[in-house]
Amino acid sequence: MENDNKIILKNVNLWYTDFHALKNISMDIPSHMVTAFIGPSGCGKSTLIKSLNRMNDLIEGCKITGEFLLDGEDIYGQLDVNMLRKRVGMVFQKPNPFPMSIYDNVAYGPRTHGTKSKANLDEIVEKSLKDAAIWEECKDRLKKSALSLSGGQQQRLCIARALSVAPEVLLMDEPTSALDPISTGKIEDLVTELKKDYTIVIVTHNMQQATRISDKTAFFLLGEVIEHAGTEDLFSRPQDQRTENYITGRFG
Amino acid sequence: MREKTNFFKSLKFKRRKPLDFMLFALTWLCIGITAAVMLFILVYILSNGIPYITPSLFAFEFTMENQSLFPALVGTLMIVGLSLALAVPLGVFSAIYLQEYARRGSRFVKIVRITTETLAGIPSIVYGLFGFLFFGGVLGWGLSLVSGTFTVSIMILPLIMRTTEESLKAVPDTFREGSFGLGAGRLRTVIRIVLPSAIPGILAGIILAIGRIVGETAAIIFTLGNVARIPDSLFDTGRTLSAHMYQLAREGTHPGEAHATAAVLLIVVILINALSSRIAKLIKAS
Amino acid sequence: MGKHSVRISAYKELFAKILFAVSASAAILAVGLICVFLFMQGLPAMWDIGILDFLTGTDWRPTWNPPRFGILPMIVGSLYVTAGAILFGVPIGIFAAIFMAEVCPMPVYKVLKPAINLLAGIPSVVYGYFGMVVLVPFVRTNFGGSGASILTASILLGIMILPTIISISESALRAVPRELYEGAVALGASHERAVFWVVLPAAKSGVMAAIILGIGRAVGETMAVRMVAGNQAVLRMPYEFLSGTRTLTANVILELGYAADEHRAALIATGVVLFVFIMLINALFSLLKKKDGA
Repeated sequence: MENDNKIILKNVNLWYTDFHALKNISMDIPSHMVTAFIGPSGCGKSTLIKSLNRMNDLIEGCKITGEFLLDGEDIYGQLDVNMLRKRVGMVFQKPNPFPMSIYDNVAYGPRTHGTKSKANLDEIVEKSLKDAAIWEECKDRLKKSALSLSGGQQQRLCIARALSVAPEVLLMDEPTSALDPISTGKIEDLVTELKKDYTIVIVTHNMQQATRISDKTAFFLLGEVIEHAGTEDLFSRPQDQRTENYITGRFG
Repeated sequence: MREKTNFFKSLKFKRRKPLDFMLFALTWLCIGITAAVMLFILVYILSNGIPYITPSLFAFEFTMENQSLFPALVGTLMIVGLSLALAVPLGVFSAIYLQEYARRGSRFVKIVRITTETLAGIPSIVYGLFGFLFFGGVLGWGLSLVSGTFTVSIMILPLIMRTTEESLKAVPDTFREGSFGLGAGRLRTVIRIVLPSAIPGILAGIILAIGRIVGETAAIIFTLGNVARIPDSLFDTGRTLSAHMYQLAREGTHPGEAHATAAVLLIVVILINALSSRIAKLIKAS
Repeated sequence: MGKHSVRISAYKELFAKILFAVSASAAILAVGLICVFLFMQGLPAMWDIGILDFLTGTDWRPTWNPPRFGILPMIVGSLYVTAGAILFGVPIGIFAAIFMAEVCPMPVYKVLKPAINLLAGIPSVVYGYFGMVVLVPFVRTNFGGSGASILTASILLGIMILPTIISISESALRAVPRELYEGAVALGASHERAVFWVVLPAAKSGVMAAIILGIGRAVGETMAVRMVAGNQAVLRMPYEFLSGTRTLTANVILELGYAADEHRAALIATGVVLFVFIMLINALFSLLKKKDGA
């Protein structure tokens, strides 16, 4: 079982200048499973997911301690940060396609990492769009601006863009919070499909979503992980009173 | 936008304080004066100048008889082109540093901001004086295209920096996050993602800068000089359209040509302004 | 992508960062050079002439033997034309700005706004030329004198600072929170009462900043003033507003072309005085802007 953990966190602490945002978090994130982070706003779940591919580096005054291991390699160590982000891809809360064509959006990642041949790029673009279940909708207008797509399509395009660099882990920060129910359903189906090939960590506000798509769930409160267990266990037999309060909606 | 009471509708209001009404009428009077003055200047310059615009005004060689503005026109284009070639990269790079690289509120950033504001406030005669002393004197370039170019470049640098910074600021952070999230470095993110979105804004700044250069005189005549010929090298002297205008006005011996040159200069400025508002609309639309 | 290319891209990043940082230093370098060269060449001259003699001397006689370099007439001249420009430009500019921000119907605004931008873009030689051929004769026939006078320069400068004052005051007025206006109207104030007694006072520091920027423009203006002010380096009294005067800026542009030695140094010193004035005005401007929280 040890080898099946894609990411291992030990005693992780994070400060934004003086604010202690993550407190002593230790957690294993298993391969080829969907791990959901739930909890009220400002509890640190987004902060933690962003520290897994070092997006917090961009924030001034952010200090991080503790051990972050990706397949045993220290995320904050020798690993080049751009290579890390290639391996640990990210999908953001709001769809954020670049203001360029659909094709160029998906090709941006591979081009960044040195793929130049047109044939290779074509192949990657097609495969990524297919994997993100949006190929059929946009195969005839790859040269059109990505901004012409609907919100749900944009988010799937962003997933395709994240897949284009063949990541091992996919981080999703509330990927459906800006979408309508139908688009949300499509993305949830997609997540279930994608876990065969990728390790997925998803932050969500929506507890039903967590029960529908995740295998493991971690409940965050005020920068601490209160409980981390199999999704079914956590929702049906919470061990901690605070978890129970939260999932039954009896929380502040 | 604040709702605007229609003036004529508001006239029907019965219980109005006379003082308020008077002040309100004053705003109409003052905008009326502004518009009238502006209209008068435009109509006067154009109607008096356009009849004197003749082919000889655009003769290749300047002579005492034709007072051709052609060499000055070419000189203007040269100064504009060279100054932009120098100031645009410098200004855009500076703005990129301030906006995309530097720590907010670092000491260096503060100093750059203060000095940029200082540059923006320096009057053109001081630039002329400095260019005359430093580029012309200390560096020994005399009255020449290079002296003029460097002087004018410093003058427009704050303008380019400010407009570029504003347009970089307007690029949403989510674009940057998306690019970083794919493992792109900062340089690639800036060049491929941020800069393309900022181009219309930068262009608007460049147009403003062109307007400023075309209208400049005091800084030009002590650096580029005011000789009616096309500079044949970077170290040769020449004149710009504004300097030419100044010379004609000062001599007063060719009133027709002076009128015509003023009209041409004004038309150039109107064209530049039209271009800049076109681009501003483009930015708003996107 | 191997270790090797990772290293190459790291070098590229570093190189770009250095290039950008060096570019950003250009502004510092420019200000440094301008200060050093103006002061290095201007201050010793001031010292030789005697700072007090230079600043308060009323005779500017570069050709006399020994020459006299007193710039008080020019300091006062700059003061007069600037004050005159404020007198003409500020009231009209502020009322026009109120019109633009609070009264103007949209279709009219769409014409006026670009027109005011154009007014700001007209080169100062064109203004100067207009002043020479229209304003100077106008003042001569209606008020007497030669026409090239403090009054003429004041009117022309007043026109030239209008767009600055209108644009900046307008944005200051627009930046006033709508709630203030609505609160006043809700209390029964008429539209105009709310505008003049609530919105305008709230935009006070922005409007002040506009005036100061206008002053900066008037003090620094060279070409137009030189073309209409007459340029006599004579100390004038305020009632002599129909006589010619010379400003600091005009002093430099009139004589720099042929001046040599001490004379040239005195002109550079004139530039230093002008530069210091402008710096003070700019400092005042940024102080107000900071107070505005902008």
